[in-house]
Amino acid sequence: MGPNTSIITIALSAILINNFIFSQFLGCCPFLGCSTKLDTAAGMGLAVIFVMGLASAICWVVNEYILIPLNLAFLQTIAYILVIAVLVQFVEMFLKKSVPSLYSALGIYLPLITTNCAVLGVVLLNTQYSFDFLQSVVYGITGGAGFMLAICLFASVREKVEFAEYPESFEGFPIALVSAGLVALAFMGFSGMKIG
Amino acid sequence: MHIKQQFKEGLITNNPVLVQLIGMCATMAITTSLFNGIGMGLSVLVILTCCNVVVSLIRKVIPNDIRLAIFVLVIAGFVTLVDMALKAWIPALSESLGVFIPLIVVNCIIIGRAEAFCQKNPVGPSFFDGIFQGLGYTLVLICMCVIRELLGKGTFGAGIFNTVNGIGTGEGIRIFPAEYGALVITLPIGGFITLGCLIALMQYALKKSEKKKEAKEKELAEKEAA
Repeated sequence: MGPNTSIITIALSAILINNFIFSQFLGCCPFLGCSTKLDTAAGMGLAVIFVMGLASAICWVVNEYILIPLNLAFLQTIAYILVIAVLVQFVEMFLKKSVPSLYSALGIYLPLITTNCAVLGVVLLNTQYSFDFLQSVVYGITGGAGFMLAICLFASVREKVEFAEYPESFEGFPIALVSAGLVALAFMGFSGMKIG
Repeated sequence: MHIKQQFKEGLITNNPVLVQLIGMCATMAITTSLFNGIGMGLSVLVILTCCNVVVSLIRKVIPNDIRLAIFVLVIAGFVTLVDMALKAWIPALSESLGVFIPLIVVNCIIIGRAEAFCQKNPVGPSFFDGIFQGLGYTLVLICMCVIRELLGKGTFGAGIFNTVNGIGTGEGIRIFPAEYGALVITLPIGGFITLGCLIALMQYALKKSEKKKEAKEKELAEKEAA
């Protein structure tokens, strides 16, 4: 991927082929932590789409108009994490005031998005691929959509796994990881796809 | 005696990945060759130790409400330093770890230790906590790398042994021909499943040692009663 990749390619690749969780391992902690129920998984997915889209847009502007003109590109990591932390805080305050129902539904997951590596990851990848503004925003939103797809699919698998029989030592996280591996196997089917 | 206990906690009984279950993204993503594993483990060890020391030094000065933001800033500073150092001195490692070096900023291990340990403890213990927790993390990475490399590619120590031109280019010691390896283990699926099995093994071992301890205590109690 690079500056000349078309938007449709970016979207398809972010959702299916290079899914953030199943092929890039970004955002595994909330993926494993918030996937025990389908509704919380969906809420988390929506919040991540929103934050990833906004963060991509703002960080692109910060990088292009502040860091590069001042020759401060080496401070990218620090600048991005600051932007993300402030952004999440603002989103939290905004939701609390204007959409309290969504705010209470997301609860603790909102502040946790700051430490979701998918968010910082998408911003860093945008810079690495030298995407322009539109490409960055599309990659952010579709990357979030890929995250949501993965977490919702996995939550429904996990609800079934609850009733399955497995060795005692695998209780809790290990069985979740192994079933995540099997869901990743299904996603591998997309990796053969090649789009121009 | 404190150091000994911290050593045991960091490496086994309170291992960051296998017991605390944090910092898993990178654990699964980069463990495809021993070179990556050791490089990543040592980078985290250095950053964790530095952050632990700094956080514990400033723990009495920072206001409680914005402590997380300050921790993140301290961590981001050290991560940037390590990132730049790697780019300059070991470019092969920096290239193969890619985006996962800057992503150490959001690795839960570092912010978790700052919040759970260094906030309440003086510099000395925090320093050793950083080293031992970092060692525990490195140990898990090495285990994952050895298993995945052997099953997936049939080699041991890729990037470290049999180096031809420059650091990180070695093929490793070949144990069996590459075509017999299960490629799937080197892919994302292998990462999830290997880590799952390792954690299961750890849970099994911890449970067993707990049972042993209980049995021993029971025996002692019975003896005393008798």
